[in-house]
Amino acid sequence: MGIEFLNFLSKKKRTHNTEGLPTAEPEKVPEYEEGLQENENKVIRLVSNKRVSKPYKVTGIEDVASKNNWKAWLYLGPVVVLISIFLLYPLINTIFISFAKDYQYATGRFSGFTLENFGVIFGWVKTGQGGLETYFTTYAIPNTLIITFVTVPVSILLALIISVALNSIKWLQKFLQTVFFLPYVTNAVAIGLVFSVIFDKSDIINFIFHSNTVWVYGADRWVAMIPLCIYIVWNSIPFKILILLSGLQGIDKQYYQAAQIDSCPKAKTLWKITVPLLSPQILYLMITSFIGSFKEYTSVVAIFNGPGTMGKNSNIPDMETIVYYVYDNVEKGNTSRAAAAGVFLFIVILIFTFVQFGVSKKRVHY
Amino acid sequence: MAEQVVQQEEQMTYIDFKKVRVNPNITLSIVESGKTVESIKRREKMVRIITTVLTYLFIVALALTVMFPFYWMIITSLKQNDEIMATQQTFFPNIVMWSNYSYVFETFNFTGYMFNTIIVAIFSTAGTLVTTIFAAFAFARLEFKGREPLFMIFLMTMMIPGEMMVISNYLTVNAFGWIKDQTRMDAYLAMIVPFVVSVFHIYLLRQNFKQIPKELYLAAKVDGKSDWDFLWKVMVPLAAPTLISITILKFMGTWNSYVWPNLVTKNEEFRLISNGLRGSAFQDIDTGMVEYGYQMAASFCVTVPLFLLFVFFRKYIMKGVGRAGIKG
Repeated sequence: MGIEFLNFLSKKKRTHNTEGLPTAEPEKVPEYEEGLQENENKVIRLVSNKRVSKPYKVTGIEDVASKNNWKAWLYLGPVVVLISIFLLYPLINTIFISFAKDYQYATGRFSGFTLENFGVIFGWVKTGQGGLETYFTTYAIPNTLIITFVTVPVSILLALIISVALNSIKWLQKFLQTVFFLPYVTNAVAIGLVFSVIFDKSDIINFIFHSNTVWVYGADRWVAMIPLCIYIVWNSIPFKILILLSGLQGIDKQYYQAAQIDSCPKAKTLWKITVPLLSPQILYLMITSFIGSFKEYTSVVAIFNGPGTMGKNSNIPDMETIVYYVYDNVEKGNTSRAAAAGVFLFIVILIFTFVQFGVSKKRVHY
Repeated sequence: MAEQVVQQEEQMTYIDFKKVRVNPNITLSIVESGKTVESIKRREKMVRIITTVLTYLFIVALALTVMFPFYWMIITSLKQNDEIMATQQTFFPNIVMWSNYSYVFETFNFTGYMFNTIIVAIFSTAGTLVTTIFAAFAFARLEFKGREPLFMIFLMTMMIPGEMMVISNYLTVNAFGWIKDQTRMDAYLAMIVPFVVSVFHIYLLRQNFKQIPKELYLAAKVDGKSDWDFLWKVMVPLAAPTLISITILKFMGTWNSYVWPNLVTKNEEFRLISNGLRGSAFQDIDTGMVEYGYQMAASFCVTVPLFLLFVFFRKYIMKGVGRAGIKG
């Protein structure tokens, strides 16, 4: 999704000079003589609008071929088929599985509908093997929430500071911009491995801070969150800087000149001019990074090589995220649990998106 | 009488003016709480220089922090294992171990993973480009019933998290028989086919196609060209920058994809580079400790191709990411 997509959804063009400028004159509809219509032109045909009061206008190119719907559907065919199989069907099927009782993925058999699957993942209902499963509520959800509410604000704030600083300099600006973009063009697993080396017990971080903390392998759950969050922030900053910097460069210089004439202090200029004018970009970043951090998975695999701090041999999945839980259960064959967790994620993301769109209508003003 | 008074007044003002005339040798200086204009100017200049220097210091320090993992990866990849584990960490290897790299190339099936990744990347990119071009053309130029509702449905699917699809897609791919008794071909199909369509790219390209003036289409029609010819001879060349961005992003996406290949491939030989890297065990046989030198050398090998891609296509990548905002 891009900024343009956001604009597309809200059906409102955001420009910086919304007030005070005369709006562009509406395009004049060219008037044609009625006689032209009789002159049967094979390429352009003038079609009368149903409302009589309006003048005739060109509504489109009447091409014999494009009039036939089948041609358009031929072009769309592959996409429609693929989207139906790999996007729409899975959506419906996953929702269905999450409500199906005793669903067997090999045969597709099930016995009635139930809410049991959701009960199982939330630890209210006993699993098929007996006993309650609480991994989802004790590890997956809290971990995901921690990651979201730590990394999203931190990374947006850092990106904002960096891009404001980058915008204020001239010399080396392009070079530094490229440097800050580098973390984006990396392999997530490769750099995750690097982070697990950096935070190794006998490596550089402990050496610099003269500590003896166990950060990754066999670490305490809460301590292990720190390298994980640092990695996620490091990984997510480049994109945010890119978006914010392009937003900053689009701000009219006049605002700053006016602030300078009024001898407005720098901090106030930042807070009262830059941030409000950047609010569309910040909102967009908030939506995308909220959704992104709810789907965090690769970073955990990259650093810990497993669901817990003990790597692949972890008895308890204490570093698990919601998506990790989903994939783990797909692999183990617990399709119903995976589907229930997937639907839960879907609902959470939908709610977040709509709430933020609602907020945007109130807050994105300047 | 009256005239006389006026004359007098004129004379008076003249005299007053002469009295007030400023001596050109005196310089005017505004004094405000002990500051002259010059001192204020000087101060402002000082403040500006100091803030610039501080900004540079700050930003360079942050840039170095951001670059540090790369530096540490390279340094560690050239160290001996004893040096990595030593209590006294060094910022440059005592003995540069180029042999780490040759060891990695011998033990880590780099070329095999690379081959798989490139095959999957080429075919899924080509497939995406074809489907995207067709769909974008239909949405941008052709008129047919249900165009707008269909496009809205397409846009809505972008809101669905991909993780939700994985569950069912796994079952679908399984039903196609691409997982059981997997051959190399099956594995490739399972990794390529679900990803040859991307709604976002369709949206992106449609916007691009819409910007192409209608007059060109009319001109082509007058010349008796078919839609097909117009698409490939006019629209595709004009939208080339967007197509290049899509290609590069798709390629990067395949290079980074981990979850899906991990799920659908049952044989280590069929996996992609990220899976290979994460699954590789560079462990000391005696102690079971991870040999970080080898691991970092492998990571470096996986990172470098992306860096090269970035160096050559920086403009397209940054533009594409700015508009797309998604990896792959």
